[in-house]
Amino acid sequence: MGSYLLRRLLQLIPLLFLLSIALFALVNLAPGGPLASLGGSRHVNPQKAEQLRRQLGLDRPLPTQYLYWLVGNDWTKVDADGDGIAESPGTRRGVLRGDFGLSFRTRRPVLTEILERLPNTAYLMIATLIVVAVIALPVGVLSAVKQYSIFDLVATTLSFAGQAIPEFWLGLILILVFYVGLRNPATGEPLLPAGGMYTLGSAFSVGDWIKHLILPVAMGAVGWVAWYSRFLRAGMLDVIHQDYIRTARAKGLSRLRVLYRHALRNALIPLVTILALDLPYIFAGSLYVELIFSWPGMGRLYYQAATQRDYPLLMAILIIAAATTALCNLLADLAYALLDPRIRYE
Amino acid sequence: MSASVDPSPSATRSVAQVHRTAKTSGSNVWQRFRHHPGALAGAVVLGCLVLSAILAPLSPYDPETSDIGVRLNAPSWEHPMGTDALGRDLLTRLLYGGRISLSVGVMVVIIALVIGIPVGAVAGFFGGWVDDLLMRLTDAALSLPALLVLILMSAFLREVELPFLRSNSVATIAFIIGSLSWMTVARLVRASYLTIRELEFITAARCLGASDLRIMARHILPNAVGPIIVESTLEVGYAIMEESGLSFLGFGVQPPTPSWGNLLSDAQEHLTLHPWLAIFPGLMIFLAIISVNYIGDGIRDAFDPYRVLKKVGEV
Repeated sequence: MGSYLLRRLLQLIPLLFLLSIALFALVNLAPGGPLASLGGSRHVNPQKAEQLRRQLGLDRPLPTQYLYWLVGNDWTKVDADGDGIAESPGTRRGVLRGDFGLSFRTRRPVLTEILERLPNTAYLMIATLIVVAVIALPVGVLSAVKQYSIFDLVATTLSFAGQAIPEFWLGLILILVFYVGLRNPATGEPLLPAGGMYTLGSAFSVGDWIKHLILPVAMGAVGWVAWYSRFLRAGMLDVIHQDYIRTARAKGLSRLRVLYRHALRNALIPLVTILALDLPYIFAGSLYVELIFSWPGMGRLYYQAATQRDYPLLMAILIIAAATTALCNLLADLAYALLDPRIRYE
Repeated sequence: MSASVDPSPSATRSVAQVHRTAKTSGSNVWQRFRHHPGALAGAVVLGCLVLSAILAPLSPYDPETSDIGVRLNAPSWEHPMGTDALGRDLLTRLLYGGRISLSVGVMVVIIALVIGIPVGAVAGFFGGWVDDLLMRLTDAALSLPALLVLILMSAFLREVELPFLRSNSVATIAFIIGSLSWMTVARLVRASYLTIRELEFITAARCLGASDLRIMARHILPNAVGPIIVESTLEVGYAIMEESGLSFLGFGVQPPTPSWGNLLSDAQEHLTLHPWLAIFPGLMIFLAIISVNYIGDGIRDAFDPYRVLKKVGEV
């Protein structure tokens, strides 16, 4: 097990290396280059732009730029004034030492920008996951136990629908119903807020905080609930037809006990894998949810970076998201082995 | 006590019997597909969507000519889905948008198959380091955050002139989505090749002097076609969703060319006062995807009668 883990971790290194090269090429090969966006829409004085180019190391060939991005350039000198003599020491420390560079847009460290947004995304996603678990678990189990009942039929149909609803459309419809349509009968205000994390300018209150959470969570949860409940139903169906379930019943254990202690536990194993694969969303968030509900999280940050061509920020978010995914893949396999003693990794 | 936990009398049915009923010749597959109500309904709805998209030019309105006199009209007899901010008939625009969205769906699947089948076939057939290399590549592609990379590629291709891909043309969007959609196909194909290459008829074919390429294409591929068809069907749905999403974000098909996603995107600013502009495009996307998913489910059952037997508890 230990050596397996080590080998898998070592395999991650070339994978991430490969990915970072591919992403770096994609981000930096665009014509016009990053400078086209420096300073946003403001016109950049060509002389100053040239100086900036050199300071950022953008005058170097791409492989060198990649090297600087990866390990920094503080071990070498930069030709800041363009006289052909490298004199100022480099200041970047490189991704490997936790320096993702400065955002082109705000000139602040990329990592600071990300860490500001990350908690917002994380708590939105965790809230969503909790709601998903609370709904999908009982629905999936009940569907399987009462296969072909009215309940199962309705649940299965709804889960097909839930998987086919475009998330971004669902968001608009939710706004239409709960913000535009329904009104709070007491105050005449919209029933639920349609944007932001709390009401601006008001003191923090738990009620206000939860109100702002309802629609984004609902929008994000529908697809997940549909997918998880269907998956759990299939898993449960696989399990409850097996011999050991019959044996447990024959021993005289109650139906509920068999269902929860024997069947559900085993049906949950494949779900853990799926869950681990979905974990990166806690980092990357849902772009659509964050855009539609103006949620200041990672997804929206990425979208802004993409529209404004903030390359260091784009690179950082992409590479962190890819690393999280790869790690969660590993996590999924490990969880599988831990939960199912039939699986052994050599 | 639920029936499902009871030992069913037919559980003793022999494997041979199951295999006899489990033949998958073409007509059997069709027979079973026909008896799947969801799949049949899906096929009808999708058929209507495709047909109406093809017949879009029969509409009395032009999708791109504006008519200021009828700006933002609510649905009526003349305009069953209302009109947009430039007085264009929404239904007509949706039909033309359907042409784009549906054909992106099909193009993406073709690209996914063109990349995925050879990658999976070579990996599964040859094994060894080739397999390792190709599968690591597949893993790498799978660990990319798809939507984020799609946005990036779209932003990138918007600025580059490539020989065949006009920037932000429909083909470009299909190419972008397709380049990140082949991995599941590759994995499925690899799995099929891994098992089938060990079977005796492959050895027989080799003894008859068939080349590797011939064995891969003529002997194994036809036997691996079931899962490929199921996956391709479902992939159409994903592709439609991804295209709409990208277009919704402004990184997909660009106006004035209508697509379901960019029509929905345009509708956002009119959401409060003219909600029909947002309701109908989303409804089209939803209908197309749910039909495709039901069809996929039907095909899966049709190709895998064993799964159906399991479903009704006969095995």
